Amino acid sequence: MALDSKIPQGPIKDKWTDYKNHIDLVNPANKRNIDVIIVGTGLAGGSAAATLAELGYNVKAFCFQDSPRRAHSIAAQGGINAAKNYQGDGDSTYRLFYDTVKGGDYRSREANVYRLAEVSTNIIDQCVAQGVPFAREYGGLLDNRSFGGVLVSRTFYAAGQTGQQLLLGAYSAMNRQIGRGKIKMYNRHEMLDVVKVDGKARGIITRNLINGEIERHSAHAVVLGTGGYGNVFFLSTNAMGSNVTAAWKAHKRGAHFANPCYTQIHPTCIPVSGDHQSKLTLMSESLRNDGRIWVPKHKKDVEAIRNKTLKPTQLAEEDRDYYLERRYPAFGNLVPRDVASRAAKERSDAGYGVNATGEAVYLDFASAFMRYGKEQATVRHLDFNDEALVRKLGQEVVKNKYGNLFQMYEKIVDENPYETPMMIYPAVHYTMGGVWVDYNLMTTVPGLYAIGEANFSDHGANRLGASALMQGLADGYFVLPYTIGDYLADDIRTGPISTDTKEFEEAEAEVRKNIDHLINNNGTHSVDHFHRRLGKIMWDKCGMARNEKDLKSAITEISELRAEFWKDVRVPGTANEFNEELAKAGRVADFLELGELFAKDALQREESAGGHFRDEYQTAEGEAVRKKEFQYVSAWEYKGEPKDAILHKEHLEYENIKVKERSYK
Amino acid sequence: MDLKLKIWRQKNANDKGKMVDYPISNVSPDMSFLEMLDVLNNELIEKGEAPVSFDHDCREGICGSCSLYINGEAHGPDRLITTCQLHMRTFKDGETITIEPWRAKAFPVIKDLVVDRTAFDRIQHAGGFISVNTSGNTIDANAIPINKADADNAFMAATCIGCGACVASCKNSSAMLFVGAKVSQFALLPQGQVEATDRVLNMVKQMDEEGFGNCTNTGACEVECPKGISLENIARMNREYLSASLKG
Amino acid sequence: MSGILNSSIGRKFAMALSALFLMVFLLQHFSINILSVLAPETFNVVSHFMGTFWVIQYLLQPVLIIGVIFHFVMGFVLEIRNNKARQISYAKNNGGANSTWMSRNMIWSGLSILAFICLHFYDFWFPEINTKFIVGDMSGLIDPNNAESGYRYYEELQHKFVDAWRVVLYVISFVFLALHLLHGFNSAFQSVGANNKYTKGLKGFSKIYAIGIPLGFVFIALFHFFNQAH
Repeated sequence: MALDSKIPQGPIKDKWTDYKNHIDLVNPANKRNIDVIIVGTGLAGGSAAATLAELGYNVKAFCFQDSPRRAHSIAAQGGINAAKNYQGDGDSTYRLFYDTVKGGDYRSREANVYRLAEVSTNIIDQCVAQGVPFAREYGGLLDNRSFGGVLVSRTFYAAGQTGQQLLLGAYSAMNRQIGRGKIKMYNRHEMLDVVKVDGKARGIITRNLINGEIERHSAHAVVLGTGGYGNVFFLSTNAMGSNVTAAWKAHKRGAHFANPCYTQIHPTCIPVSGDHQSKLTLMSESLRNDGRIWVPKHKKDVEAIRNKTLKPTQLAEEDRDYYLERRYPAFGNLVPRDVASRAAKERSDAGYGVNATGEAVYLDFASAFMRYGKEQATVRHLDFNDEALVRKLGQEVVKNKYGNLFQMYEKIVDENPYETPMMIYPAVHYTMGGVWVDYNLMTTVPGLYAIGEANFSDHGANRLGASALMQGLADGYFVLPYTIGDYLADDIRTGPISTDTKEFEEAEAEVRKNIDHLINNNGTHSVDHFHRRLGKIMWDKCGMARNEKDLKSAITEISELRAEFWKDVRVPGTANEFNEELAKAGRVADFLELGELFAKDALQREESAGGHFRDEYQTAEGEAVRKKEFQYVSAWEYKGEPKDAILHKEHLEYENIKVKERSYK
Repeated sequence: MDLKLKIWRQKNANDKGKMVDYPISNVSPDMSFLEMLDVLNNELIEKGEAPVSFDHDCREGICGSCSLYINGEAHGPDRLITTCQLHMRTFKDGETITIEPWRAKAFPVIKDLVVDRTAFDRIQHAGGFISVNTSGNTIDANAIPINKADADNAFMAATCIGCGACVASCKNSSAMLFVGAKVSQFALLPQGQVEATDRVLNMVKQMDEEGFGNCTNTGACEVECPKGISLENIARMNREYLSASLKG
Repeated sequence: MSGILNSSIGRKFAMALSALFLMVFLLQHFSINILSVLAPETFNVVSHFMGTFWVIQYLLQPVLIIGVIFHFVMGFVLEIRNNKARQISYAKNNGGANSTWMSRNMIWSGLSILAFICLHFYDFWFPEINTKFIVGDMSGLIDPNNAESGYRYYEELQHKFVDAWRVVLYVISFVFLALHLLHGFNSAFQSVGANNKYTKGLKGFSKIYAIGIPLGFVFIALFHFFNQAH
């Protein structure tokens, strides 16, 4: 089957408007007879649930957390982009579109990205109307900050908790509809399969995580807003529960999985401290505005620092290597995430890592303290030659900007980042890949939609900072409500979908079989044991830099590990109770399949682009080499084992942007 | 470090439950509290025993899932953090650590240390929103200028993560800090004024129906709140409620 | 407005209002009592006025009694309801880490004050009611048949503080009163929604009030104990 992205005809700036003018609509009386299932209640799922309920559809929303408000969108820190041009600094829909496509290393779909940029401004209006307390200037108007890799200031924010505030906004919109009975909310429910009837998605099978009950739920359409799959690496900045299961089950039911190898490794995370580590903590990208990244120039100093015989603050300026400033004089410490991460890895691999594990670099605010301090001393008519005073004043300024992040760092690492430079290292953060969708956000299964991080569509091979929140809300509030109506217009006479059919029965039986296997396996090792091993393979061989040999061995190793998992995993307890190990086991089983497809995808992509970097395809200076012939989306069709998956290519055309070499030198 | 854990074990909502002792050794001071429990659980699983259930998700102090009453305090002895941000270096080698679930009639235990906090959701359903359609056809965001101090205070109230530490710490199991924070966020913003009367009346009514106790202003909630939500929010809710009662 | 007393915040508000009223009364009571130390004659005159002026006797006194009863009954009701809100208590609870002893034990300080009020009624109020309304002596004189005998109030007061045990009970009760007020004063303001830029100043004042007034009462009791006229 050839992939049809269903991009509307016409000039890019009119596509979305024309599309909306010509779709089929469902009249309000008929909407009452149509059910929609939404899985996941983060920014995408939550906003979609609220909007569809408001339009009049009967929405059933599912989340595995104990409340929709806990979805991992809540942890997003920095901000949300919108082409409002409130700063008058030359921003526009086109510029946001352009930055996003370029930032994605020319691997995203033009029409989708343009639409995203177009609706971005609505998001801000919407959120303010809902009572989201964005940061404001003294004049009472909204404030903006700058984010990595762009030339305008278009990021709206609420301190370091923008994701939280936006999610609570979507959650409040949901609450209104739950209160009105238009959304039926299922907390602590995990989706374990999609049910297809006559080729269309017509329901899901879920497990109630409190009592283990397996339930059937039917609807006229199913929407997945289930986030990304970064936890395939075991250690990531994702929440412990973040998983690929819903997306993977959809894949197994016929939804193509696109670009699984595009993973964003975020450069500023707190390094791993030991084997007990369960997750990694992100420090906002905004820190790179003021922090300078360095490692020692000489190996002997590295040794001394690791042995704690030398403090980093004692090392002379000329003995430090500010490698980002050295390699990328134009952008310096503010190069995009993929570039910054790879540079940190390069230094650490070369033996310059500054902690015991050798996997950490410094993020140093000393010069920012002095710079801000001098400014303050001047403003307040104090002695700017008094170094101690200047440092203290500067620390106050930095505290105002990033106080909560500094506190978080100190709690975790037990070092005071005002006194000694922070140690950071890249960590898995976001997955650009996901379920393949067309312009309507529909997967290759009719009636099955994927929105937010769960789909692949807008960020190409690398996502720009503050764009994930934008995409989640755009999909849920403003895109899906139109596109799904066009599909549901054909369903006004269908009537309620029965769950007493062969299709539901079969899907349920399969789910039960899987659970029974896991529960009765009586193996020797816990789920985490296998998850950690999978994570290690992924990080070592499919991490920041990949090569053919490693990828091939990763494929073999993951497939072997999967077999071992099914033979030897131990899941305590029973299926009919609150059993977190059982839930985890199901998720890890899916990661073990996805991981292999991930490696397979990375192997076929013989180029370097954005978050995907192949050792074989780099310039002499270590920069990425992108290739014209790989200007496509790789969409994988499920055929049993991951190794049998079939590759479909959606070729990407750039009519409104000239594809150029991405350079930050 | 070697520690002695005393943990509440309860099979399900109907089980009576009891405290059980678990020794644990080789705990690294750099571990987070939940990582220490991960280690314990791994040991239990490999020994064929049932692991300890507890709620957790983001492990960076923002989702509000984790909810342990540690040595007599919600989220343990440290301040302005959630349980997942508590590190073992806070404890001494050889210490006995008592771990219990949140205790409140409105938060029934589901299993072990996991409690049901949907009462919080129901309070929000009753009025924790501004009734604006999510069509995007609202007025321009900058058409409503908001005093920076009010916006900042609304944000401070809105940082509540809904973990329930306030209820757990309160001798009366009162939810007023949680509800006060939500009422305050909207009360401080012009967008929230239109529905202010109904909102506070409905939310307080639902709060009372859920079986939370009454506030006696001990201030324990404010001290234990991982986000440092201020008692001022309760006072503001009281004002809002009284003026709404007079109007309504 | 209807049903406000059925809501948690309404009850809390009512509790606070009765508390504020009682605190005003307490101040008034103290002001008159301290006269017994400073100017016994004036004390007698004021006491007689308070005991016989109809506005006070028939209007304010019932209001006060209702206020006291309301405050206690509501206090018990709230305590019982609040206890019900946590059916299983913690095996280990470190309340001292996040709140004051006073704030957590208002019911106990309150009960001590209730016990004290019973004693106090037995000591002063019942005899007073007996004299005025059962015996029918509204004169306020030591000897109702002798206008020259002078007012009885000061003498009665002194007479009550002869026994050391009673003085000790009074002193203990005032300690509990102080503990009750140390939390109650600010709490009442918080309950009626007054938490603003003046709160810090109010907290300072509340300490002075909560410690000062009971201390004053202790002083009065001790003063009369050690300065018996006969």
